[in-house]
Amino acid sequence: MNTRIDSQKAHIKLKESLMIIMLVAPALIIFTTFVVIPVIQAGYYSFFKWKGLGPLNDFRGIENFIRAFNHPVFITALMNNLKIVFLSLFLQLPTAFLLALLIGRKGFFGSMVFRGLYFFPYVLAEIVVGIIWKFIYDPQYGIPTFFARLIKGGDIQIGLLGNLDYAFTAIFIVIFWKYIGFHMILYIAGLQGVPKELEDAAVIDGANKFQVVLYVIIPSMWSAIIISVFLSVIGSFNVFDIVWAMGQGGPVHSTETLVTYLYNFGFKRFAFGYGSAIAIIIFFLCLIFNIFYQKYVVAEK
Amino acid sequence: MQKRLGVVFVLIISLLLVQGAFAGGQQEKGSDVQGDAVEFTWWTLTGGGGAEDPRINLREEIIADYIEEHPNVKIDHVPLENEAFKQKVQVAIQAGDPPDLFHSWGGGVMIEYAEAGMLTEITERVKNDFSNRIGMGALGVYGYDGKYYGVPYDMGAVGMWYNKAIFNEAGVEIPETWPELLDVVQKIDDAGYIPIALGAGDRWPAHFWWVYLAMRMGGQEAFNAAYSGSGSFADEPFVAAGEKLLELKALDPFQEGYLGADQNQQAALMGNGKAAMELMGQWAPPTQEANSDDGEGLGDDLGWFSFPSVPGGAGSLDDVMGGGNGYVVGKDAPEEAIDFLSFVLQKEYNQRMIKSDGIIPVVEGAEEALKGENMQKIANTVANADYFQLYYDQFLPPAVGETVKDAVVNLLAEQASPAEAAQMIQDSWEMEQ
Repeated sequence: MNTRIDSQKAHIKLKESLMIIMLVAPALIIFTTFVVIPVIQAGYYSFFKWKGLGPLNDFRGIENFIRAFNHPVFITALMNNLKIVFLSLFLQLPTAFLLALLIGRKGFFGSMVFRGLYFFPYVLAEIVVGIIWKFIYDPQYGIPTFFARLIKGGDIQIGLLGNLDYAFTAIFIVIFWKYIGFHMILYIAGLQGVPKELEDAAVIDGANKFQVVLYVIIPSMWSAIIISVFLSVIGSFNVFDIVWAMGQGGPVHSTETLVTYLYNFGFKRFAFGYGSAIAIIIFFLCLIFNIFYQKYVVAEK
Repeated sequence: MQKRLGVVFVLIISLLLVQGAFAGGQQEKGSDVQGDAVEFTWWTLTGGGGAEDPRINLREEIIADYIEEHPNVKIDHVPLENEAFKQKVQVAIQAGDPPDLFHSWGGGVMIEYAEAGMLTEITERVKNDFSNRIGMGALGVYGYDGKYYGVPYDMGAVGMWYNKAIFNEAGVEIPETWPELLDVVQKIDDAGYIPIALGAGDRWPAHFWWVYLAMRMGGQEAFNAAYSGSGSFADEPFVAAGEKLLELKALDPFQEGYLGADQNQQAALMGNGKAAMELMGQWAPPTQEANSDDGEGLGDDLGWFSFPSVPGGAGSLDDVMGGGNGYVVGKDAPEEAIDFLSFVLQKEYNQRMIKSDGIIPVVEGAEEALKGENMQKIANTVANADYFQLYYDQFLPPAVGETVKDAVVNLLAEQASPAEAAQMIQDSWEMEQ
């Protein structure tokens, strides 16, 4: 009798684990084939000088990595990425949060219209956004030129994308514009999870509006903020399309990001070993951030 | 239960097998000879015009004509859009399985393929057959070290395109020397037009300026010396080229924001009559038309002249920088593929490509069919060139080509001196050796 129950239990257990294997297997196989294996391959290539043709036989150790960190353009690209991270976290996300507070609650006339307007750029493909903004910044017909002529008159032309001092700012404005709606929507979703009673209770206790936001609303929607920060940082490290469409990292590499750098100095120059080393650096930057974030921010919650 | 586990294993194993079959299929392809029947692949570029693409139609017709004479041959024609082609051919080469006959721009990329053993050398055929119809200057783009791997069907020149109406208004003549050009720039500026349109954001339009100046300063000797290692890209002519370019830049001849502009913006300035000159290849007129507000460009107001000579330089006014399109032969190509290539390059087809592809033909006599004075001039310039230099960014290894473009833009943006720019190129050249 007992043995029969045991065998039945074992049977169910086996059934369950088989179920798990079958459900996980497709995703696991795809993930391994298209993510894990290529990452390992890139890691291997990164130790070679290799043109992408012929055999891998020119082993160079960590030379590619040393070369990257000694290359001023790579440092520019890295710094640009860090600038994008910094500006996103301290400029874009707070602005998105303010917008969410302004139009996130029902009852405000037109809030749906504004939500739609702010979210709209996110719907557009990045490459399309880049091309549209290239027109907007056009020195002959663009909007900056139009306003400069309106204010100062005469035949002034403003070529922001061709100017080493302003090209990065001009591109960051586009990134800001493109993703602010996305973070706003995340915050609006978070806001809707904040119980109205809590806010009312805080107000009764004498909290002012600022205190309500700081002590009630923000803690209650912490998970939305955690996700938004995470996506923003990882996204900032992977910026490519917009920068590419607007100037391929130029002028003179001043708007290069890590990924455009990888394309310009890996693919375009047939330097696949070196390109792999750059890819590995980007991978580890994201991985380190991820581990740190999971451990100290997400787990903290 | 055992049974189901078995099913899963069978599924996994069959998946692996199927994958293996695909991999195997890749390798078995190519020329499979069956008695007299021969089959080979031909990858060509399309104009991206969809189903009724005149380029595809012409090539299908050529194939039909050839097969009529050679019924044992089967040609697998694969027309591809430009970017798709570049990716697909890269993958095929990496897999060690190049197509038998495929499009190429010659120069550095072709040399990379040849050195990886992916191409068939056709030097004998070039010397005994193709050179009877096609000039050695144009053929040279498809060879190096005396070995040839392909043949061009199109070869044009980069030169100065100018707006005749603006030249008239400013009261200037076509400049034949560098100081005259500087003078023309000044006068056009005074007349209120942009003297020169430049899309330096794309970098290659800017590199044309520096390369032409280097050719005019150093001639073929300077380039050969640097290329062979007996000299260097940091030698005096290459530094002087940078200095000359800065002389021009000092006049502020380019449009505002030119460092961020692309080739289409450059073409738009010409096509809309805002700029007086541009340095561009044979494809400039259609590009200008496509980018102009009315879609018509300058029409008869558009003229062409050779890049001015530089007094004191070793190069001649007849030295030409240019490039074009052609086909190279893959490593496993059957003899018939080379024979077919010879068939493609006959006068009649080459003439018809003028219309379908917008080319400057290379086959002797085909240039008669060229319409318009500008195109005739370009064809004559190419035919009369003693020294024909393929664009540096195509001729040099890709890494060096990219560096040349970077160096020139650095120079224009005042991020590098002429000597530093030349040294950048030499450093990258040495790294490739």
